[in-house]
Amino acid sequence: MRVRFWGTRGSLPVALTAAGVREKLLAALRAARGRPLSTEADLDAILASLPFSVAGTYGGHTSCVQIETASPDFFICDMGSGLRPFGQAATARRQGAAQTFHIFVSHLHWDHIMGLPFFVPAFIPGNRVVFYGSHPHLESALRRQQEQPSFPVDFSIFGAKLEFVHLEPGRTHEVAGVGVTPMLQRHGGDSYGYRFEAPDGVVVYSTDSEHPLAQAEHTDRFVGLFRNADLVIFDAMYSLADAVSVKADWGHSSNIVGVELCQMAQARHLCLFHHEPVFDDAAIDSVLAETRRLEEITRGEMPLHVSAAFDGMEIEL
Amino acid sequence: MQIATRRVGDTVIATPTGRIDHQSAGPFETALTPLVAESGARRGPLVLDFSGIDYISSVGLRVLMVAAKQMREHQAPFLVAALQGVVAEIFAISRFDRVLTVAPTLDDALARCSPEARAQYRGSGTAPAP
Repeated sequence: MRVRFWGTRGSLPVALTAAGVREKLLAALRAARGRPLSTEADLDAILASLPFSVAGTYGGHTSCVQIETASPDFFICDMGSGLRPFGQAATARRQGAAQTFHIFVSHLHWDHIMGLPFFVPAFIPGNRVVFYGSHPHLESALRRQQEQPSFPVDFSIFGAKLEFVHLEPGRTHEVAGVGVTPMLQRHGGDSYGYRFEAPDGVVVYSTDSEHPLAQAEHTDRFVGLFRNADLVIFDAMYSLADAVSVKADWGHSSNIVGVELCQMAQARHLCLFHHEPVFDDAAIDSVLAETRRLEEITRGEMPLHVSAAFDGMEIEL
Repeated sequence: MQIATRRVGDTVIATPTGRIDHQSAGPFETALTPLVAESGARRGPLVLDFSGIDYISSVGLRVLMVAAKQMREHQAPFLVAALQGVVAEIFAISRFDRVLTVAPTLDDALARCSPEARAQYRGSGTAPAP
């Protein structure tokens, strides 16, 4: 299995500004002072020495994650603004053949569905797009998003065959050779996490999910969802202090809880996801470094790899 | 979980020890609740001496947040003092060091909330020399 991140930002798309680019350039130039610059290898060495927040960017598209399996079909979690570049990339690979997309929707808030009107494969006759979810109003919410006056064209513009499949939470469903188990999460209007089980790996997608810390039954449920996963994609939008105080009941979680749940579940890799839109790259770098340190000082018998998702990131399981 | 407590002047000093994890957070909250109620009712300071705590989980931190909120509603000071190694790091990573009043030592905590209690504490012979 391979996981590709097309959108990793929480709540609202963001973009790197000219001022942000200038800061990165200045930091890179300062780091290059006094160092050899004559060969490409020299430049590569300098770039490799820079923190990701200087040499790269976490990106600004909202939630969209692709899971590559042995199936030729596409598996997608959520339709945030990252769905647009995914759709373009998938279409570029099309070579005239019909394509099938299995799209699993965590919930119906805008930042998780806003990419659909710009999803090129849905416009292509012969393609098949299957929307999966546990919300009863999945189809009507998607149609409503494209009604006047919110959007100029409705679903009639789509040429692909569109299907809607309701998934019963807590039950494992077979989709193109992958076992998919949705689970109810605590979020305004409800959200659903998904456990994807294939012969070559287990991936959990759990975003927009708040964890009531005092409820042992809730913790047990999520430890079960994350159990022995190769990768857990986890909503780590807030600090724990914010998540239990000023942002309590906002429906999101923290890096601390992510580490704890993954440690209890003996998951192998925690990927911080749904980044706070007000955070710049340096702030997300700091959260990642702190989370890795937390894992280190609280590690049990099994180490937990910790990463922070960025637009364009790939994880091979 | 047992929390050793002592009254110094107008201040209650509570000293839990060990780990506050998912298993012990409940007993910790049970032991802390009457101390918060008593201190809050008389608007007296409550200081948690964390010098003997070597780990705290998110559930334990939540207990502190609830206690701090209750003390704030009573306009009573609530401080956590003497965080050790790992616990100090967890406070920083969780940002609890920004939302709770944290003092580097018990002496410093008392200086912030009650000069009277600090004077008694120093006179008791248990405080380190300044």
